[in-house]
Amino acid sequence: MISERHINFLTLGLLVLIPLWAYGVDEPFTITLMTRAVIFALAAVGLNLILGIGGFVSFGHAAFFGLGGYVMGILAWHAQNYSPLMEWPLLIEGTKSMPIIWVLSIVLSALLAFLIGIVSLKTSGVYFIMITLAFAQMMYYFSISWSAYGGEDGMSIYVRNVFPGLNTLDPIQFYSLCFVILLAALWLVSCLVKSPFGLALNAARQSPLRVQSVGLNLHKLQLLAFVISGAITGLAGALFADLNRFVSPNMFSWQLSGEFIVFIIIGGVGRLFGPVIGALVFVGLEHFLGGISDYWHIYLGVILLLIVLFSKTGVIGLIGKKEVNDG
Amino acid sequence: MSFVLIAEQILNGLQLGVMLFLMSAGLTLIFGVMGLINLAHGSLYMVGAFAAAAIAGLTGSFILALLAALTAAAIAGAMVEMVVIRRLYNRDHLDQVLATFALILIFSEGTRWVFGSFPLYLDIPSYLQGPVSLPGGIQYPLYRITLILIGVVVAIALGLMISKTRIGIRIRAGENDRDMIAALGVDISKLYTIIFALGAALAGLAGALVGAIQSVEVGMGEPVLILAFVVIVIGGIGSIKGAMVGSVLVGLTDTLGGVFLPKILQLFMDISTATNVGSSIASMAIYILMGVVLIWRPTGLYGSRL
Repeated sequence: MISERHINFLTLGLLVLIPLWAYGVDEPFTITLMTRAVIFALAAVGLNLILGIGGFVSFGHAAFFGLGGYVMGILAWHAQNYSPLMEWPLLIEGTKSMPIIWVLSIVLSALLAFLIGIVSLKTSGVYFIMITLAFAQMMYYFSISWSAYGGEDGMSIYVRNVFPGLNTLDPIQFYSLCFVILLAALWLVSCLVKSPFGLALNAARQSPLRVQSVGLNLHKLQLLAFVISGAITGLAGALFADLNRFVSPNMFSWQLSGEFIVFIIIGGVGRLFGPVIGALVFVGLEHFLGGISDYWHIYLGVILLLIVLFSKTGVIGLIGKKEVNDG
Repeated sequence: MSFVLIAEQILNGLQLGVMLFLMSAGLTLIFGVMGLINLAHGSLYMVGAFAAAAIAGLTGSFILALLAALTAAAIAGAMVEMVVIRRLYNRDHLDQVLATFALILIFSEGTRWVFGSFPLYLDIPSYLQGPVSLPGGIQYPLYRITLILIGVVVAIALGLMISKTRIGIRIRAGENDRDMIAALGVDISKLYTIIFALGAALAGLAGALVGAIQSVEVGMGEPVLILAFVVIVIGGIGSIKGAMVGSVLVGLTDTLGGVFLPKILQLFMDISTATNVGSSIASMAIYILMGVVLIWRPTGLYGSRL
């Protein structure tokens, strides 16, 4: 049995060594694959905050992922066409600058999470699952019907956005950028979990009545967690759009929301590195099974079923100690 | 906006509502009695449609195709219940979501593997083709009227079954207190399988009926499933009456919103903007409806518990 801390370090090691190795032997595709995994991991790290710690199964996190993607898409589209985003009441131009795009994706996703959260956190359990799913679907149909920004076809962005001092078109540099953001998000979540806010959130999952009876505002706690969670996933969406240089309504699809949950389950619910390991395993499976058979989703489905039915603790629980260590 | 157009759109909305009812009745029963959230319900809808298309292609008979849809979906439902679902009743919702999500993957790819990626077509039988004249000078497709009638008949039959028959008593008892009826000697696992197969058969029937007006393809079930979720969230999870009211509300809102919102907006703005904005808002209308209902009643119109 390895301790969870060691598994975490091992994962970080893999995230550094695999791309370095791929860079050494000149395998840019592997680096892109790893970038994809890291971005998915970031999205799931966001989801894990409300799902793993907060205990609310959000089946609609693609709403934030897609919104982040569209923020990037719309800003960059206006920048590449030299058309202003808005002329009245003030002139807003598009931009190709990653930091500005990131800040906007975070702010807008947080806002959307606030709106969805106000309605959906009034409920819990199955209602919450269905309502978050429905709101994500609403965004999906909205993006399809919004023909100004590509409608069903989506938008292509020809050149990746810029980050001061880096050549983002170089796979290893873009990977490093995403990796650092993932580290920052993991650090943020681990601080949050240990903070009074995180402890209260954890307690609220285990025993809502007690948390309320010591005078904490349950609804406010969960809403804040949902907003932070949505913001992190939104940022991941902006990065994902930049990785593909393409945005489409598919970024809002319910399958994606499901896959985020799958990452968390494969890795281990409520564990800091659960989503990271889950995303790595998933992208690996997608790549290798996808190479073996066109119908690889069947195998994925069977593997998932087996995990749900027979292993409750995910990969970390399988090879590490059984109890969840939130630290 | 003429009376005929409005009447036609209301009928279209009713037809969508009735089909949604067939989907959501099973979902809500399964949740009410077993406490299970079943994402794979859309797959059973798809199974029904594919079975109908396959049998219609072989025999040319629409009635046989419908029977095949009912049977195939019921068998698939019963099998899934016995192999997978039954292990999930005591699990939390996260496990149920995940396992049924896995089932969707297996069903969808399995169907793609057997039937290929191209959509199949199911023809409306000749005796149900063509329009029919309704009072008020409305010409409406006979097939769609038939769909509405079938839906109403199924709804009444389901209502009678639940309120009058022995199995209905057991279903209601199961909704109230699962442990108690098991303690009273009812074979609860058989009851669960029957309910699941019944819900699956209704979904399969809906799939086959709708399959004749749309194409039969992999992934056709999930959009309907999500609409059915909206329906039962509005109606209140576990309530058949709620599913009924919710279906009609969602069917009418979706259909009427899509047609009339752009027209209403044309009064305020130019035609192309009105069409764009109107269709965007219309695509969100049922979700806004759901949000409003939830703010007003967090457990839905007829829901009793959270």
